[in-house]
Amino acid sequence: MSVPTDDSRKIASPRAITRTRRRASRRLFLTSFRSSRSGMFGLTLLAIFALVAILAPLIFPRSALDVTQATAAPFLPPSFEFPLGTDDSGRSVLALVVWGARISLVVGLAATVLSMFIGTAVGITSGHFRGWLGAGLDRLTDWFLVIPYLPLAIVLATVLGRSLLNIIIVIGVTSWPSTARIIRAQTLSVEGRPYLERAKALGGSNFHQMTKHVLPNVMPLVLANTTLAVSISILSETTLSFLGLGSPDDVSWGSILEEGFAAGAISQGAWWYLAAPGICVVLVVLAFNLIGRAIENILDPRLELS
Amino acid sequence: MSVVPDVAATASPVRQQQHWSPSPTSRYVARRVLAAISTFIFVIFFNFFLFRIMPGDPIALYTRGRNVDPIQIHELRARLNAPIMEQFGQYLRNPFTGNGPSVKYSAPVWEVIGPHVWPTILLVGSATIIATIVGVWLGIRSGWNRGGKFDQVSTNTTLVLYSMPEFWFGMIMLIVFAVGVGPIPGLFPTGGISTPGVDTSSVKGVLDVAWHLFLPVTTLAVIYLAEYSLIMRASIIDETSQDYLKTARAKGLMDKMVRRKHAVPNALLPTMTLVFLNLGFVVGGAITIEFVFSINGLGSLTVDALSGPDVPLLQALFLLFSGAVIFANLVADLLYGYFDPRVRT
Repeated sequence: MSVPTDDSRKIASPRAITRTRRRASRRLFLTSFRSSRSGMFGLTLLAIFALVAILAPLIFPRSALDVTQATAAPFLPPSFEFPLGTDDSGRSVLALVVWGARISLVVGLAATVLSMFIGTAVGITSGHFRGWLGAGLDRLTDWFLVIPYLPLAIVLATVLGRSLLNIIIVIGVTSWPSTARIIRAQTLSVEGRPYLERAKALGGSNFHQMTKHVLPNVMPLVLANTTLAVSISILSETTLSFLGLGSPDDVSWGSILEEGFAAGAISQGAWWYLAAPGICVVLVVLAFNLIGRAIENILDPRLELS
Repeated sequence: MSVVPDVAATASPVRQQQHWSPSPTSRYVARRVLAAISTFIFVIFFNFFLFRIMPGDPIALYTRGRNVDPIQIHELRARLNAPIMEQFGQYLRNPFTGNGPSVKYSAPVWEVIGPHVWPTILLVGSATIIATIVGVWLGIRSGWNRGGKFDQVSTNTTLVLYSMPEFWFGMIMLIVFAVGVGPIPGLFPTGGISTPGVDTSSVKGVLDVAWHLFLPVTTLAVIYLAEYSLIMRASIIDETSQDYLKTARAKGLMDKMVRRKHAVPNALLPTMTLVFLNLGFVVGGAITIEFVFSINGLGSLTVDALSGPDVPLLQALFLLFSGAVIFANLVADLLYGYFDPRVRT
């Protein structure tokens, strides 16, 4: 009589309910994302670059990057054989750009993961603990927020030395404060909600409260921030490599620009040497920006159309 | 036990009589100034210890990639082997020069830095003024008619510009307008800030400097106006939904007047704060632009100090850049507090 006839409702465990709810919200999110034209454009653009980066060894052998194996004349303008011309030692610029996609994307993503990790950890911790720990971390965030980004990155990169891992560390360690600021604000608003009071009353540890209750609530914000942060990381990698602070053994879009500038591509009028890697940076950064804006619009409908 | 209410009872009338408690405004100013000072103190500590807690032989870091006289190395080692607190005391007496003279120029860092300040201020100053004016104008126009043709074109363009490494844009400008591509002849100089031998205080000299700075200033301005116009657009859109605009329209004001007299003054505030906040970052952004356009400013000096690296010079430059940003931040905070009393609580 009063027993629900729908079987699935009766046996739903809390876990299953959570799962269904998550799946539904994910579906809603995907539908809204698909309706964003610029977001889908960004995603397509990104997919193409990711594919090129993954398939780089199939498109050009690694030996195409070897200066000693280059046979063509230096500074050849684009032709059928070399669609993007050649560099100062006769290597195909297209091969350099294709291989450069790997390092630029990997550094951009890895640095962002590091920066998000630090930013989220500091943000949640400083929002959760009200005492000296929270205040201290908040102060630290303030300090790092004010220190100019590029000079700090330059100083760190100089002290650490040049390597692939170090450039990831430098970018990750210098770009976390803005994330921490946003996450802290969100944590403070989550902390006031009744379910956290309940968790506290039931004796949940601080770690439990932070990871099981606060983290899932700040996660969407973290993700929206991540896509925007990747674009900043890629721009930073390009800038640092251009200043000669990148990994000396790897080709990235920034290091191609550095070599081209140092080899006098400008006075040679070799626009193809410099144009291609720069356009790649712009396209990838734009792709991440468009995706990030689309996600932000979905999470915060007030921003719609802005 | 009864002490507490007693104090409260006697203290409050006293305070009322003598106006003893500081006003919210002065408390706001004091708090901001203290925050700026604490940040600068942090930077001073950070700048010293960062270079000393890193693993490895510091001599290797100081002299990497150069042949250094053994006597010089001996002096350097003696200086670095002094007790850390003694070194720190030395450094605190003058944080700019306390790390010793510039390794590369063998001169006090202050003397090395001095002549490089003006080119940077000239470059960054003119680029910021142009970027602010054009960015604000673009933001107002596209925000006021959101979704229109102008808005679409302007927002898409600014998004692309916002995704651009400024030094790359500079190099493309150089190739196209200074070296010349195809039918376009080279119109502008490829670098420097003036033609050697021209007196920069004469009319001809000023024009010469303007001609030299045209490309780098345009590059920086174009990159930075992208951000300003996006922010200005967002804050104009924020204002369009406010009630006071409805009131202004209801009393029959023309659209142009509503925009100029009501929406823009309110929307300008966040953008202006951003301009000041960015001032420090613009100084950093000028590093690559100066390098590309061979402008002998602080940015080129930084790049120069990197190849070496010239650690004492680098430390002094880092301190200078950070100090500039902290100061710009303080000015932005105080201006915001002055124009928007709500934040002064």
